[in-house]
Amino acid sequence: MTWTDDQPMVSVKDVRKSFGALEVLKGVSLDVMKGEVICIIGPSGSGKSTLIRCINALNDIQGGSILVEGQEVNDPDLDKLELRKKVGMVFQQYNLFPHKTALENIMMAPLLVLKDDKAAVEKLARRLIKKVRLEGKEDSYPGELSGGQQQRVAIARSLAMNPDVMLFDEVTAALDPETVNEVLTTIKDLAKDGMTCILVTHEMGFAREVADHIYFTDRGVIVEHGAPDVFFDAAKDPRTVEFLGQIL
Amino acid sequence: MEAIYEWFRLLYDNTGINLPFIYDSYDRGRMISGFFMTVKLSVLCLVLSVIIGMAGAWLQNSPLKWTRRIVNGYIQLFRNTPPLVQLYFFYFAIGTMLPKVTNDWGGQEPILGGFAWAVISLSFFAGAYNVEIFRSGLEAVPDSTVEAAEALGFSRFHIYKDITLPLAIRVALPALNNNLVNLVKTTTLAYAIAVPEMLYEANQIWSDNVNVTEMMVFMLLVYFVLVGVLVWGMNRWERALKIPGFGA
Ligand SMILES: Nc1ncnc2c1ncn2[C@@H]1O[C@H](COP(=O)(O)OP(=O)(O)O)[C@@H](O)[C@H]1O
Ligand SMILES: [Mg+2]
Repeated sequence: MTWTDDQPMVSVKDVRKSFGALEVLKGVSLDVMKGEVICIIGPSGSGKSTLIRCINALNDIQGGSILVEGQEVNDPDLDKLELRKKVGMVFQQYNLFPHKTALENIMMAPLLVLKDDKAAVEKLARRLIKKVRLEGKEDSYPGELSGGQQQRVAIARSLAMNPDVMLFDEVTAALDPETVNEVLTTIKDLAKDGMTCILVTHEMGFAREVADHIYFTDRGVIVEHGAPDVFFDAAKDPRTVEFLGQIL
Repeated sequence: MEAIYEWFRLLYDNTGINLPFIYDSYDRGRMISGFFMTVKLSVLCLVLSVIIGMAGAWLQNSPLKWTRRIVNGYIQLFRNTPPLVQLYFFYFAIGTMLPKVTNDWGGQEPILGGFAWAVISLSFFAGAYNVEIFRSGLEAVPDSTVEAAEALGFSRFHIYKDITLPLAIRVALPALNNNLVNLVKTTTLAYAIAVPEMLYEANQIWSDNVNVTEMMVFMLLVYFVLVGVLVWGMNRWERALKIPGFGA
């Protein structure tokens, strides 16, 4: 069965995940269509990071199924390289390679993993630096960049692999308030370009603006989900209401 | 030149300070060849022990249990036994078990001579420490940095070669520096299996000239300078590897 883009690009079905005796995901399901932007919100420790880490197989799962463009992730013979070419990920702590310049950080994966031609990769990297508005910082090391700048390099680094879907795990949570917007703007640009995005975020205004669909998780289950307007204005579950009351 | 030799001959005649390795062409030849033997032995052992260290630290993280056990066994064995005993073990125990070859004069000789055994033995000796030094450096690399590389599709080998090892080396350099200095000093043990390195040649010279005091003072100075050159080189390397905004 080959995947076509009228099917969900990412399809999570009844996923269960435990760390030892601790069950962190207790049957989570969601679908993401091509070009869709979904936001996952919920209290700390509810399993948001774990869920998106399962999608690119950084965590294994104990039950259920995750299909990425039809490829089953919950499979002992999973071709991780094939999966990770399709799925880009950006982390809360940027996780840039500290011994490489901004440009080198972006160039590394296409050179080493895709074995692309160096001149072409460099051209691509310079284009991406521009796209995340960091011209002039090509030769800076991560230690010489602000948090917001590092995070934008990290986004460019993921984009260099030309992924079909991007995962963002609280990518502005570690930033100073004044630099949050520069990163959010970059993500909005991406969403506008039609990139499929799965975001974990605490930025409610941003979620409302950019998301096609919001999921609220608590203690390993999806409590409630819906289109942003419905979700934010007419949340039904008391847990959602309480959470939104605290955070807004 | 002749004038200098003459001066040292007179020095001996007038003061009794006998430095034949300067004025006597035969002893000078022995000293020079001993010096270059020590340099050759040191450089070979330095390079091999660092390669062993890098390979061992890689194998220590192998998914195969027995590979890890063998590496750890090797480290224990070489760290917990005297290097001189190791050298004798290789030269006398292993060396005599290996097949002999016929030399140019039709005689039988061991397939590996004293020099080869000294290189092997000392490289494994220093290599055992280098594995531990690199391992501690690898432990300092955050898991999240490795995860970022995994998410980009890096293979285990590329993660090691291009991410964790380059970062580990920077952390491990002071300890590596120490161990390599020790290694150069330990090359004098090759004397015990008649490898004609510097100390061995010095011994030949003092046996012929009965000038132990002069020879020992000279040896101390030469090793002091030799190790000084190594330390200088390592410090330069350390500085060259420095990344703006990273590390102390
Ligand atoms: N590697 C791990 N080992 C054990 N427990 C973990 C691990 N990662 C996460 N957890 C636990 O799983 C739960 C969900 O964590 P996480 O997915 O990070 O939550 P969130 O991102 O929503 O804050 C927490 O209780 C956390 O302590
Ligand atoms: Mg999290």
